[in-house]
Amino acid sequence: MSLAKLTVSALAIAAVSATAAVAQSRDNVQIAGSSTVLPYAAIVAEAFGENFEFPTPVVESGGSSTGLRRFCEGVGENTIDIANASRSIRENEIATCAENGVTDIIEVRIGYDGIVFASDIDGNSFEFTPEHWYLALAAELPVDGALVANPNTNWSEVGDLPDQAIAAYIPGTRHGTREVFEENVILQGCEDSGAMEAIMEINGGDEDAAEETCMAIRTDGVSTDIDGDYTETLARISANPEGIGVFGLAFYENNTDRLQVATMSGVEPTVETISTGEYPVSRPLFFYIKAAHIGVIPGLKEFASFFVSDDIAGPFGPLAAYGLVSDPELAETQAKIENEETM
Amino acid sequence: MSDATAPSPTAPTSSLLKQDDRTRRRNRAETRFRAYGMAAVIVGILALVLLLTSILSNGLSSFRQTFITFPVTLAEERLDPQGNRNPEEMARVTTFGYAPLLGQSFVEHVQSMGIETDLGPREMAAMISDEAPGQLRAMVLANPDIVGETITLELLAGGRIDGFFKGRVTMASAERDNNVSPEQLLLAEALREQGVMDTRFNWDFITAPDASGQRPEAAGLGVAILGSFYMMIVVLVLALPIGVAASIYLEEFAPKNRFTDLIEVNISNLAAVPSIVFGILGLAIFINFAGLPQSAPIVGGLVLTLMTLPTIIIATRASLRAVPPSIRSAALGLGASKMQSVFHHVLPLAAPGILTGTIIGLAQALGETAPLLLIGMVAFVREYPSAPPDGFFDPASALPVQVYNWTQRSDPAFVERASGAIIVLLVFLIFMNAVAILLRRRFERRW
Repeated sequence: MSLAKLTVSALAIAAVSATAAVAQSRDNVQIAGSSTVLPYAAIVAEAFGENFEFPTPVVESGGSSTGLRRFCEGVGENTIDIANASRSIRENEIATCAENGVTDIIEVRIGYDGIVFASDIDGNSFEFTPEHWYLALAAELPVDGALVANPNTNWSEVGDLPDQAIAAYIPGTRHGTREVFEENVILQGCEDSGAMEAIMEINGGDEDAAEETCMAIRTDGVSTDIDGDYTETLARISANPEGIGVFGLAFYENNTDRLQVATMSGVEPTVETISTGEYPVSRPLFFYIKAAHIGVIPGLKEFASFFVSDDIAGPFGPLAAYGLVSDPELAETQAKIENEETM
Repeated sequence: MSDATAPSPTAPTSSLLKQDDRTRRRNRAETRFRAYGMAAVIVGILALVLLLTSILSNGLSSFRQTFITFPVTLAEERLDPQGNRNPEEMARVTTFGYAPLLGQSFVEHVQSMGIETDLGPREMAAMISDEAPGQLRAMVLANPDIVGETITLELLAGGRIDGFFKGRVTMASAERDNNVSPEQLLLAEALREQGVMDTRFNWDFITAPDASGQRPEAAGLGVAILGSFYMMIVVLVLALPIGVAASIYLEEFAPKNRFTDLIEVNISNLAAVPSIVFGILGLAIFINFAGLPQSAPIVGGLVLTLMTLPTIIIATRASLRAVPPSIRSAALGLGASKMQSVFHHVLPLAAPGILTGTIIGLAQALGETAPLLLIGMVAFVREYPSAPPDGFFDPASALPVQVYNWTQRSDPAFVERASGAIIVLLVFLIFMNAVAILLRRRFERRW
């Protein structure tokens, strides 16, 4: 009896391993990468599944770097077809790709993402400049020819801002957003406030070192790195109504009943101000297609064309409704996919 | 010793009727200990109650959904311009062609009911879920002959409208919300009074696939439940025989030497290894080396098998050890071989313990997310995996993964969905653990 049971189980194992040995051909598009691009990719994947005979693509998150690393692992059905990224691919990543045989890569810019500063809806309103953020968050400030630890603890100390303790929730270093925040806000503020020159005088004119000093964020608890998602930042602000968080425009648009947005250099972040470049803190979003998979994985090219079609990525499409700032040069991107132009 | 217990003839130092100091102290110590124990139990119960109330109050509403019922005119010039009802030609009309049709029919229906509203047609159409055009298109393509007719449809209402009937969205929050206006809520209220809108139990939450961030109202657990189920099958089929065979060999046949001691220590260690480690292993071996597909239940099941094996081996060995040696000796004494004594006598007696251990191991595997992160199962998957065995190789999601995904979405409606998914997961876990307890009660033998 028991022996019979065991034999049956053994057969079952054998059956499973036998099927495992059979090569499976994949019929769905596999996508991985940036968690900022993920909601957009999911929206497009869903609409693609509804409107085409092809199966709905599978979209994984994990971050831009993880996505590109998996993208560059090689060519074949066990590797992903598309990598989402909230930054452009780096030289070393292209080199890794080439080493593993991924030579033909199509870069597709889907639009722009605004990075906004928002606080609790019932709290004070803020009108920021990059300088404010630099003075509030830099680890060290140049004072009288020497670098001292940042003494500011109240927004009223860094400029003409409400009397409120500084409590900032900024993206952790594993997020692509952090890079944009450091370069477009902190470094900019450092240059605007004249601190950059002061630091270069102190360190003897080393510009790279001065930039690094500028972008070093204080670690004394005034600023908190959020390694999770924007939902975590929102939870932190709900717990501490004095906090100010860094969000993506899309996230803010979905939570306008709980958050109020601050202006940056006098410009309110909206789809219009970001697309014209008036609002200074934004970045392009990309996805990368493995050209070698086109024609092998069914629906790959159709999906890419559908993603950047006017119906989807245009100014009145569902992506724009969700918070993506559409790219004015969308037609060029469409042509690029049509002709399979690689990098 | 003896003089301490011997009562003194003159004055008795203790009486059974009157407590002395020492007895009182001991009794007090016992009372205190009982109080501590009670306090510990109460803290535990409070934590559980807090968790359950927060999950239930957030999540129960996800099983109900608001629907709008209205007649839709399927205009021929829109859906089938050629007019020959050829599904291939009609497929060229995308969901973007169907959406205005729905909006227009809805606006006409509201006007025909005589409800006053300041809303423009665009805002009124925005009250219908984005899921609706896709459903209608699939319906029309499946049955092209309905083009040109007017049919009554029951469609999902948008997430914010649904939130209004569930108390998540209020007039005050709508005032500040860019995605919904108080006028839309007023219209929704009027439509509910007329019976056009209705909130009722929604099976789709259990059966429908996931949906994107724009349509929380349509998101369901179907793919996740199926994925979890497939993984559990793989775990059961692999971990039970391997685990039981290993335990029987180690317990009954293997010589006791340094090597088997080493194996024993390693199995115990393996049970304590963080589950993410198994994910890394799975990625390296099953995907990169063996070439199995990503996001597939087979890989998830294999990884979880590795994770569950130590639990099953430890439980099985414990229950084998609990079978008294006299049973083995009696079998051997009557001329049974070693193998006969094990399979005819020891194993059946140990079976309830083995099954309990297996079910608890499975329950543990069901709730596991971390190892699935690395093998691509933490993903947006909308296609149901096909029937086994092919389905084991199709992309799928899993229940705890769905909870994790939903908590990251920006639309607040997903908080409710995530809590609802936790309720479903808890129901499965309670069911499995109850079966384990039942089996133990029913079949366990004590000596």
